[in-house]
Amino acid sequence: MSNALVVPTMAEMMAKGETPEILFWVGCAGSFDDRAKKITKAVVKILNHCNVKFAVLGTEESCTGDPAKRAGNEFTFQMQAMMNIQVLDGYEVKKIVTACPHCFNTLKNEYPELGGNYEVVHHTQLIESLFKEGKLAVKGGGDFKGKKITFHDPCYLGRANDVYEAPREILAKLDSELVEMKRCRSKGLCCGAGGAQMFKEAEKGNKEINIERTEEALETKPNFIATGCPFCNTMMTDGIKNFEKENEIKVLDIAEMIATAADL
Amino acid sequence: MGIANIIFIVLLLAAIVLFTKNILKIKYNISLGGAYKGKGDFGTMARVALGQSKMTRRPIAGFLHILVYAGFVIINIEMLEIVIDGITGSHRVFSSLEGFYKFCIGAFEVLALLVLLACAIFIIRRAVLHIKRFGGPEMKKWPTQDAMIILITEIVLMTAFLMMNAADSKLMIMGAEHYKDVAMAKSDFWISQFLVDVLPSNESTLMGIERGMWWIHIIGVLAFLNYLPYSKHFHIILAFPNTYFTRQGAKGKFSNMESVTNEVKLMMDPNADPFAAPAADPDAVPQRFGAKDVTDLSWKNIMDAYTCTECGRCTDSCPANITGKKLSPRKIMMDIRDRAEELGAAKRKNGKDFEDGKSLLDYISEEEIWACTSCNACVQECPVNNSPLEPIIELRRYLVMEESKVPTELTGMLTNIENNQAPWQFSPADRLNWKDEA
Ligand code: SF4
Ligand code: SF4
Repeated sequence: MSNALVVPTMAEMMAKGETPEILFWVGCAGSFDDRAKKITKAVVKILNHCNVKFAVLGTEESCTGDPAKRAGNEFTFQMQAMMNIQVLDGYEVKKIVTACPHCFNTLKNEYPELGGNYEVVHHTQLIESLFKEGKLAVKGGGDFKGKKITFHDPCYLGRANDVYEAPREILAKLDSELVEMKRCRSKGLCCGAGGAQMFKEAEKGNKEINIERTEEALETKPNFIATGCPFCNTMMTDGIKNFEKENEIKVLDIAEMIATAADL
Repeated sequence: MGIANIIFIVLLLAAIVLFTKNILKIKYNISLGGAYKGKGDFGTMARVALGQSKMTRRPIAGFLHILVYAGFVIINIEMLEIVIDGITGSHRVFSSLEGFYKFCIGAFEVLALLVLLACAIFIIRRAVLHIKRFGGPEMKKWPTQDAMIILITEIVLMTAFLMMNAADSKLMIMGAEHYKDVAMAKSDFWISQFLVDVLPSNESTLMGIERGMWWIHIIGVLAFLNYLPYSKHFHIILAFPNTYFTRQGAKGKFSNMESVTNEVKLMMDPNADPFAAPAADPDAVPQRFGAKDVTDLSWKNIMDAYTCTECGRCTDSCPANITGKKLSPRKIMMDIRDRAEELGAAKRKNGKDFEDGKSLLDYISEEEIWACTSCNACVQECPVNNSPLEPIIELRRYLVMEESKVPTELTGMLTNIENNQAPWQFSPADRLNWKDEA
C-alpha cells in the first residue's frame, strides 16, 4: 500500500471546528533531517492506518529547546518552551506523541513547571497501545521473520524515563529474535549524541562513542539494529558505515519496522 | 575502678569529641551549598542504603559488600558490651542472657570470619587483579591508600575480635580468676574455638593476649570512627541522609532555573513594565547563573560528594570515559569534595565572607564539562544515589550564561534555535515539507 499520507495541521483542524485526539510532535530532526523524515512518515502511516485522529503543528512547531538546555543555555530553552506552550495551549492540546525521546523528555518533564501540562507519550508507547487495542497487527513479521534484531535503548527514553518495555513489546510482534547487547536497558550505553553532543565534535579521546556502541551491537550479529530515536539512528547508521556493514545490517526505527511489516 | 577503666573512659570521650568536631566541620562544608528543593523519602533510603539495592547491579562486589556491611553493623552490637565492660571493668556483662547471648557470640564470630574473608577478596581485587574501575588518573596515591587502610583495618579488627574470644574462652576453661565467672563452653565460640589450641597455655600470657586484643579492637574502632571523616568511608554514615534526600522523579528532568523563568516571562509579557521594581525578596536572586564554585551548587551536590565511595561505577559506565575522554564522573565528585574542604577550611579560618580567589573551575576543566552526553549512566549506577550529572550541567550553565564560553559549533546551534527555531539552519516555513516529499 502506498496511500498518500494524510497529515492535517492543527490550524486546519481548528478551521474545520475539529479537535484531534492527539498531537504528533514531529521534532526538528523528524522535520528536517533526511533520514529522520522517513521515521516521521512511518509514524504517520501507522497513525493513518489505525485511523488515529491526529494533527501536527506544521510550521507552527518549533524546537523544544532541549539541545539549548543540555548545552547550558537556559534562556534559549525557556524562550522556546514558553513559545511552544503558548501555541500548544492555544490549540488546547491535551495529548502529545513524539518519535524523539529528547522532545518526549522535555515536553513531559520540563514543560509542566513552566505551565505546559500535557500527557506525553513516545511513539513506541503509542504503537504498543495500538497493538493492544487491536487496531494494528502484523502478520508473520514480514521481512523480519526469523531475523536477529538488537535494540539500542535511547538514554532519554530508558534511563531518563524508565521506558524499557514498550519498544521490546512491539519488536516481539515481528516474529524475529531479539538479541540483547551486553549493555542494555538501564545499563545501555549512550550512542554519543545526547547532551548537545550531536551538534559538536567530541572531546579528545581514543574512540568515538558511536563506534564503541556499534561494536557492541555487531557482537550480537544482528540483521537489524532497532532504534527509537532519530539521533541514535544517525549515530548507529554512521557506526555501521564505519565498519562497512551497511549492506548486511540495517539500522531502522521501530516505527519503520512496524510500518514495513504491516505492509503500510 | 582501675587505671585501665579510666584510660578507657578518657579515650572514649576524646574519640567522641574529636569525631563530633569533624562532623561539624563537614556539616559546615556541606552547608556552603545553596538551597535544595528535594524532599526526603524513607522508602528510597530503606531500599538503597539499608537494603543495598543498587550494590547488586555488580553481583560479585555487591554480594561481598553486603557481607561486610551486614557483618560490620551486627558485630557492632557487641561494641555496646565492650564499652560497658571497659567502663565498669565487668567481664561480658550481657552473658547473663545465657542461651541468647551464646547464640549472638557464635553468630558474631561467623560474621567476623565472613567480613574478614570478604575484605581479603577486596584487597585481592584491588592489589592483584587491578580491577579497572579502581584505577584512573583521579585515583592518586591517597584515594588508593585510603581504600587499603580501611580494608586492612577491618581485617585487624575482626582478627582481634576472634583472638580475644579464643583467649577468653581458654581462660574460662582453665578457670582463671575473673574469667571463670562466665559459663561458656569452648564450642559456644563457633569460630574462635579453632584458635584455642594454637594459643599458649600460660595463664598470664593468655591474659595478655586477651587484654591486648580487647584494646586493639576498641582502639581500632575508635580510630576508625575518627578516620571516617577524612575518608571515602564516610559513606557508611552519609549514605543514609544522602539516599533519603534522593532527587525524585524522572532522571531526564533537569531543573528549570526560576531566575530565568522570571526574566523570560517579563520579556514575553507585552504588558510588563520594564521599570517595575524587582518582585518579592531580593535575596532570592542568585548571585550568578549556574555554578562556578561549590557555593553555587546545592548542599545536596556537596553531600553527594562527601557520600561518594569512590567506587568508580559511574566512571566505568560513562560513555565519555570509556572512549578515552578526560571526563570521569567520579573525579567530578572528588573535586567537589576537595574544593568544599579547601574553601570550608579557609572560611573557618578567615571568616565566612572570605573568598580565596579560587573556584571549582580550578579543579574541573572545560574539556571535562563539555564531554558529557547527559546519558544518566553515572546517576543510574551510583550505589548511594549521587548525581555527578547535575553539577556538570550547573558548570555548563555558568560557562555559557556568565562567561559565554561555548564550543564554537554549539554557538551555531544556539543561534539557529534563536533565529529559526531549529538547531540547524532551516527555515521554519519548511517544517512541513517532508509531507510532500517522495
Ligand atoms: S551523564 Fe555524563 S558524566 Fe554521567 S555517565 Fe553520562 S556522559 Fe558520563
Ligand atoms: S559517584 Fe557514586 S558511582 Fe561514582 S564513584 Fe562515587 S559512589 Fe561510586
